[in-house]
Parts: sequence; C-alpha cells; structure tokens
Amino acid sequence: MKPVIELRQVHRDFQVGDQVVHALDDVNLKIATGDYLSIMGPSGSGKSTLLNLIGLLDRASSGQYILDGRDVTSLSDGEQAVIRNRSIGFVFQAFHLVPRLTAAENVELPLMLAGMPLHERRSRVAKSLEALHLADRAQHKPDQLSGGQRQRVAIARATIMEPAVLLADEPTGNLDHRSGMDVVEILETLNARGITLIVVTHDAELGRRARRRLHMLDGRIHVEQGATV
Amino acid sequence: MRLRAGDVLHFAWGALHGYPSRALLMLLAMSIGVASVVMLTALGEGARLYVQGEFASLGSNLLIVIPGRSETAGFNPSTLMGETPRDLTLEDAAALRRSHLVRRVSPLNIGSAEISRQGRVRDTVIMGGTAELLQIRHWRIAQGRFLPAGRWNRARPVAVIGRHVKEELFGAEPAVGQWLRIGDRRFRVIGVLESEGRSIGVDVQDVAIIPAASAQQLFNTRSLFRILVESRSRAAIAPTRKFIVDTLQTRHQGVKDVTVITQDAVLATFDRILGALTYAVGGIAAISLMVAGILIMNVMLVAVSQRTAEIGLLKALGADRREILGLFVGEALLLSSLGAMAGLLLGEAGALILRQSFPELPAHAPLWAVLASLTVALVTGVLFSLLPARRAANLDPVAALSGR
Ligand SMILES: Nc1ncnc2c1ncn2[C@@H]1O[C@H](COP(=O)(O)OP(=O)(O)O)[C@@H](O)[C@H]1O
Ligand SMILES: [Mg+2]
Repeated sequence: MKPVIELRQVHRDFQVGDQVVHALDDVNLKIATGDYLSIMGPSGSGKSTLLNLIGLLDRASSGQYILDGRDVTSLSDGEQAVIRNRSIGFVFQAFHLVPRLTAAENVELPLMLAGMPLHERRSRVAKSLEALHLADRAQHKPDQLSGGQRQRVAIARATIMEPAVLLADEPTGNLDHRSGMDVVEILETLNARGITLIVVTHDAELGRRARRRLHMLDGRIHVEQGATV
Repeated sequence: MRLRAGDVLHFAWGALHGYPSRALLMLLAMSIGVASVVMLTALGEGARLYVQGEFASLGSNLLIVIPGRSETAGFNPSTLMGETPRDLTLEDAAALRRSHLVRRVSPLNIGSAEISRQGRVRDTVIMGGTAELLQIRHWRIAQGRFLPAGRWNRARPVAVIGRHVKEELFGAEPAVGQWLRIGDRRFRVIGVLESEGRSIGVDVQDVAIIPAASAQQLFNTRSLFRILVESRSRAAIAPTRKFIVDTLQTRHQGVKDVTVITQDAVLATFDRILGALTYAVGGIAAISLMVAGILIMNVMLVAVSQRTAEIGLLKALGADRREILGLFVGEALLLSSLGAMAGLLLGEAGALILRQSFPELPAHAPLWAVLASLTVALVTGVLFSLLPARRAANLDPVAALSGR
C-alpha cells in the first residue's frame, strides 16, 4: 500500500540561546493510508514537533516530507495553507475553539476559509454536528459546553473538510476519563471509516489502542511496534 | 485568497462584537475626527459665503477709490520722500463724473458722532454722501426721501436715518420733518432707510446719512474717506479704473497716490483668505483623523496579542498569510467606515445646529471636505491596521497555538 505520509531523514532544530535543541533528529517514517498511529514518549521528546511538522504547521530544518505522493517540503505559505485546509484535520489538547463564536460557527471556519458558499456550509455543519450528537448545542458558545462537548466540536471542525489525515495532540489531556474515552471512540470510528489517525499521547493505555505505536526519545523514534508499511 | 469579502466583514463584525469597548473606543476616535473636519469646514465655508453675500449687497460694478497707494501696486516716490498721500477731495470726486464710462459717483465720509433729540442720545455712525449713494449701495427708502441732488459742496442740514436710529430717537412717532442734533449741529430728518443688511461691517439700520459737505464740516476735514464709483457695465470696470487713476494722477500733479479696488478684487481676496482658512481648519481637523489612526493601530496591536491563539488556529485550519492580513485589515476597514459614517452624521448635525443658531451663516460642509475626510478616514484605518495585521499574519502558528 502506498504511504500517505513519508518522512525522510527529517531534522528539526531549535536555536535556544546559544544552544541548538534537536527536537527531531533524523526521523524516518512512513504512514499508510487509513492507519492508526500513536506517538508516545516523555515530555520534550519531540512528539508535538513531529505532529506539527506532519500537519504543515512547521517546517523541517532538513529532510524531505512527502504527503500523498507530493513533495511538500518546500511549498509556499499559501500552498501549505490549502493543504492544511483540505487534507489535514487538527485536534488539540486545549480544544482551541474561538470563544465568541457558537459551536456551529466554529465548525464552519474551515469551510469559510475554503470559500464555500453559505448555504452549502450551513447544511454540512448541521450534518456534522448531528453525527457527533451536538445538534442541540449548535448555537451554544464554547463556555456553555462541557469539556467533552468542546472536544467533539473541535473534532467536527477538524473533519468537516473530510481530510485524509487527522492529527490529535493529547486530545484527552484536558478531559476526565469518561469524556476522554468518548472522544477516543469517536476518533477510532472515524479511523474505521478510512481517515488516517495520528494521536500523540503520554497515556500508555490510550497509546496501546493504536495499531501502530511509536515511542520517541530525544527527538528520535526509539521503538516502533506494529509497523504495517 | 479564497476567503469571501462577505465572510471577512461578517467575521470582523463578530470580532468587534466580541470586544465592544475596544470597538467603541476606535469608533469614537474615528467619528470625532470626521465630525470635526465636516463641522470646521462647514464653518469656514459658511464664513466665505457670508462674506460673499455681504459684498453682493455692496452693489455691482463698484469701484472704490482709497487715498494712498497700496504697496503691492509698485514703486511709490511719495512714500520714498516721506510724504503722506494727498487727500481725496470733493473736487476729485466731481472730476470722476466726467466720463461716459461712469454712471454714478458718490464721495463718502465716515465718522462717529452723538445724535440727540429731546434728551435721547445715541452714538451713531455718520456717513457723508450724495444723492447717488442710494443707488450705488442699493438701498431703499422707507419714508420720506434720500439726500437731494444738487451741488456737492453745498452743506445742507438734512439727514436720512436708519431704522434703529429712528426707533430709538422717535419711537413710533413720525420722524420725517423733525429736527435732531448731530454733534453740535441741527439737522432735519428727510427720510428713513428701509434697507436691512450690512455693508462693510456697518449695519445700515444704525447709521445716519448727511450730505458730504455737511459731513466735512461736522468732522472738520476737507478730505474724503472713499470715493465710490459705479461703472456703466461690468466690461467697463477695467477702463473705468484706468480713467480714475489717470484723472486723479493729473489732478494730483502727476503723482499716482490712490488705490482703486474693485469689488471683484476685494471679494477674491476674501475668498482666498477664507478658502485658505477652510483648508487650514480642515487640515488641522484631519490631524485628529491621524490621531484616530494611531489609536486604531495601538488597539489593533493589543487585539492581535489578545487573539494570538485564534490566529494560530485560523492558520491551522487553512488560512494563509494574506487571509489573516485580510481579516485584520477588514476589521479596521469596517471600524473606520462605521466611524466615518457616524462622524459624518455627527458633523452634519453640528453644521445644522450652527445654521439654526446663526441663520446668516450658511454652514454647509463642502463636498470636497466630506469626501476627503471619508477617504482619509478609510485610508488611515487601512494604513494604520497594516502593521498589526502583518504582525498577525507573520505569527508562527505553532507558537501562537501554544500561547507563546
Ligand atoms: N519553538 C521552540 N523553540 C525552542 N525549542 C522548542 C520549540 N518547540 C519545541 N522545542 C523543544 O523541542 C523539544 C521537543 O518539544 P515537543 O515536540 O514540544 O515535545 P513533546 O511534545 O514531546 O513534549 C523540547 O526540548 C522543546 O523544548
Ligand atoms: Mg507536546
């Protein structure tokens, strides 16, 4: 099977004062379409940096990134933005909902950025909220929602453009166990329907659920289990 | 950019709602700027039109002869030799009648004297003139008649008085045929002026007009304050002016020692002065628009730092640099156009109040000022939001999302 994501000898260095931090140190990785991958490891091991790089929020210091058969390493800001909009969904630990917007308006944001006509947007947002059992919360502001509901709104927003890849950085980190499990089940359902799911977590129990598990240490992939590619 | 303009505005509107006090502050600054431009230029324009109206009441085709040479008119040997200019006399004025170019001439003296009748006393502007003054000034007579025609050098004890003078000295009684005192001389009232309005700053209701020769006796002088000359037509103004200058030069032993001003020239001068004044106050008011711009910049900078996470999120969701830039500039544009519109309403309301409080002042903001203030408002809004918007656009999404 052709990999949807391929990283070749990727480095990401940060200059901190007069020291260079190697957040990613020669990472090589192939991820198959529809895969379910967890990234684990201690704090500061480079998990988020890897995820941000895959999500095109960050650029490698060196190395190559091939997404869906296309070398995206040196695309322009505008081209990367289009890919983020169409092919990648993000779910964050801190939800990152815009506080002044309703649940529906938050979910609508990617469609607005894609320039989709208003009527089309409304029906898609409604369907998506419906699917996540949030129909009755559509007009609520984030501060009127529980943590679990907020993360479900964020998932609706991340998936509204039907991206190929869903990236989740500690998606349950701010949730109690039950809502966390709800969220994980939703993510896994999406994966079962074909989305490529990558979850960063330091919760071992959660990490074990993934078909494929990476353990990172000091910017390197330390152990890999269940490789499929 | 894939973002739709409507979405940019809608998003901006939402953002303004999200931070109402900040939005109101910027709105206020913008509207004060625009309102002050509109109001101040309305005031300046009103003043200009007012002066124009005043001069129109002076009468058309009018040339005013003033003793002395104005400096702008060139080299003047008499001032070089320390001479004071020769006085204008009644004979000078009479000489100016001898041209087919000239329709009417009136000498003019102006002074102030006490007018009294039966114990009522009033300080009054006294004008010395001739019968022609009535037509030259476009005045009308309410009762009686104006100064009689006849030889100018004959002093007669007759007076034509303005309405206020009549009311104060005679009340409801008829004044025509009655006697009064001007200074220490007795004059018989032969007419009352009907005209209202002002001319060169003197309300004609507050004057008394006596024959030029009588005025010279009263003020004990042989000289005239002015000679007013009305030419036959507009086209005749220039040759009339030359005729006046030549005639008086001949009469004054070859010295050019008078200044002839035409109403056009005076009006043009006032027009220039007041026009410049309008531009100046407009410009000063426009500075407040700049201040508003700087305020917008600062408030937007705060907004960008407060909304860092939101900007990072938008980037993660697929906004590129230009779209972030567009969203923030759109916000500033929306704010400044709302502010400009509010300011326009405020300024027009202010001009309306001005017009109602001072009906003689046609205080309408000129179109150029309205358009310029709106343009400046929008341009400052955009210009001063560019820096904060660029800062937003250049934020690193990872850092922005992690609140760094
Ligand atoms: N923007 C940055 N500037 C400097 N150092 C950074 C930056 N982002 C991450 N790092 C460093 O890179 C390393 C990996 O960070 P990160 O990927 O966030 O770790 P994790 O998500 O596994 O906790 C850490 O040492 C961190 O301090
Ligand atoms: Mg992390």
